[in-house]
Amino acid sequence: MTDLATDPLARDLLHQPPGSALSPAAAAGGYWTAVAQRLARDPVTLAVTAILLAIVFLAIAAPLVAGADPYAGNVLARLKPIGTPGHWLGTDETGRDLWARLCFGGRLSLLAGILPVLISLAVGGFLGVVAGYAGGIVGTLIMRTMDVFYAFPSILLAIAICGLLGNGLSNSILALAVVFVPPMVRISETVTTQARQLDFVEAARASGTSALQIIRHHVLANVLGPILVYATSLISLSIILSAGLSFLGLGVTPPQAEWGLMLNSLRQAIYVQPYVAALPGLMIFVTSMCFNLMSDGFRSAMDVKLNK
Amino acid sequence: MTAEMAGAAAITMPTSATDPRDRGGPAQPLLIVDNLSRHFPVRGGLLNRRVATVQAVDDVSFFVRKGETLGVVGESGCGKSTTARLLMRLIEPDSGSVIFDGDAVGGRDGIGVNAMRRQMQMVFQDSYSSLNPRMTIAESIAYAPRMHGVRRKQAAARAEDLLAQVGLNPRAYARRYPHELSGGQRQRVNIARALALEPRLVILDEAVSALDKSVEAQVLNLLAELKARLNLTYLFISHDLNVVEYVSDRVMVMYLGRIVETGTVEEIYHHPRHPYTRALFSSKPTLDPDRRTTEMPLTGDPPNPINPPSGCRFRTRCKFARDICAAQTPALAPPFAPPSARPSSHRVACHVPEAQLAMENPHA
Repeated sequence: MTDLATDPLARDLLHQPPGSALSPAAAAGGYWTAVAQRLARDPVTLAVTAILLAIVFLAIAAPLVAGADPYAGNVLARLKPIGTPGHWLGTDETGRDLWARLCFGGRLSLLAGILPVLISLAVGGFLGVVAGYAGGIVGTLIMRTMDVFYAFPSILLAIAICGLLGNGLSNSILALAVVFVPPMVRISETVTTQARQLDFVEAARASGTSALQIIRHHVLANVLGPILVYATSLISLSIILSAGLSFLGLGVTPPQAEWGLMLNSLRQAIYVQPYVAALPGLMIFVTSMCFNLMSDGFRSAMDVKLNK
Repeated sequence: MTAEMAGAAAITMPTSATDPRDRGGPAQPLLIVDNLSRHFPVRGGLLNRRVATVQAVDDVSFFVRKGETLGVVGESGCGKSTTARLLMRLIEPDSGSVIFDGDAVGGRDGIGVNAMRRQMQMVFQDSYSSLNPRMTIAESIAYAPRMHGVRRKQAAARAEDLLAQVGLNPRAYARRYPHELSGGQRQRVNIARALALEPRLVILDEAVSALDKSVEAQVLNLLAELKARLNLTYLFISHDLNVVEYVSDRVMVMYLGRIVETGTVEEIYHHPRHPYTRALFSSKPTLDPDRRTTEMPLTGDPPNPINPPSGCRFRTRCKFARDICAAQTPALAPPFAPPSARPSSHRVACHVPEAQLAMENPHA
């Protein structure tokens, strides 16, 4: 072996100018560091993430920031406009403070939006990776079962399950989880099948690595990114669907504060106080939009090939 | 190998005679492949019925001697890569047997598939997709030894040593990720990864085909150097006839899943007997005006491997085809007119003597 520092061919191969010290600086930092660096240069993703964090904070800290009881109505102060002293976002049709109800409503809305996605992520992700890696009969069985669920439009399926189980928050969460499992399985099956066909998985198999170890070391790491990104984009859909279920009276029951339900009850006041009535809808729109944009940002930041 | 050569070699490097894993001795071929076949079902219609069969590799038999490089050439889709994957058992063969240094692979009295894989490794064509993008170079190289129970520190040390052996400074490259390397550097890493289990046979499946010509030459030189230093045997798969001529001792020509001709580089390149081999070589680009061939290059695509022609699979594109070519599958046999009187390993699968003699020396 020739000395790499002096051999001209080796130096050329190493892309180093003559005499320069070989620095591992370029190599420092792993994949996630690179992702974080790319995210830091993406103002849109940073902004929507900040908005989401603010919304989540308001929901969690609702008792502290609300400043009013979200359930205490006042017949004399019904449907006050935005900017009313004491009710800066106005009041709803029974005189409850809208700011307080929006803060507390965020709790249920976010819960009903995120929990179904987490459940379907666990169930669907597992089934998808198994179907994608095993293939054959197992894969066909799982995928064809999912196709049965796919035959129904997602909102109809959610309504049907909710109707069957009766209304209530937990049933709406369960219904949405069932609705989201098939697309989650499909996504994770697709990315697993792709990852499985990559040569490095073949190379690992060729060196005698067991299937479990290959899934752990090679498949999951390359599959988790796209699945998580897809799950984030599902959250926005989930928030809208759960709001829709509540709007239809299938999810949360009055007088609980939830954005979809609030939208429903304020609907009748749309000609009296249009801006106040639009606020729960605005929250749903902003939150789901932010989740969507955030997942887009993460997707491009996690795409290694862009940096190739 | 003569005794004199063996003696001289033993001083500078371990030879197959001194390799503790050597079981059969120098005369035992490292790899014998016997009637290997793999047919892929084409499914469709109601209930995924088998509607047709792709005969990807059909009744392929060959051997690789210790220390030699066997080149495998053929058009794309002729079964070269499937053969490689069958040998590695990345896909299961339908029938046939593989004998590694005298031991049947997977047989009752032979060696297991994993024991075979420790002695046989593969380098893939796509240097990017054959490395896990989430692992550093050193992690990728150390991965297989780690999975075989080598301690983390030792595996890391071996990875650094291998990086140096393939001409990459470990201090600069060990902690890099695949996307931070050029194609040639990545292929060097892949070679190091394949060598991490200290194999005796390395399958190079189009390993240099995706590289620039100058980088390709560097990697080929590296492969030759490693072969001599580590006493390796290569199965070199490529569609590039010039590269195969440069690296190989013997050459095997495949067409539609079957071997049509095999022999030494000299025999295949200068005295080709099979009409397909001759047509293939007439398509080989050359800058030498004296070596220009007058034979027509092949036209059209190879027939669909789903329904290959009966008998000789080349007959649909062969101007010498006769009735017997459709009726009988030609076996690999010594050519009708061997280039010299002495016995050779030259074998050709063709029924028609005139076809084999049509042009004795196409380059003369």
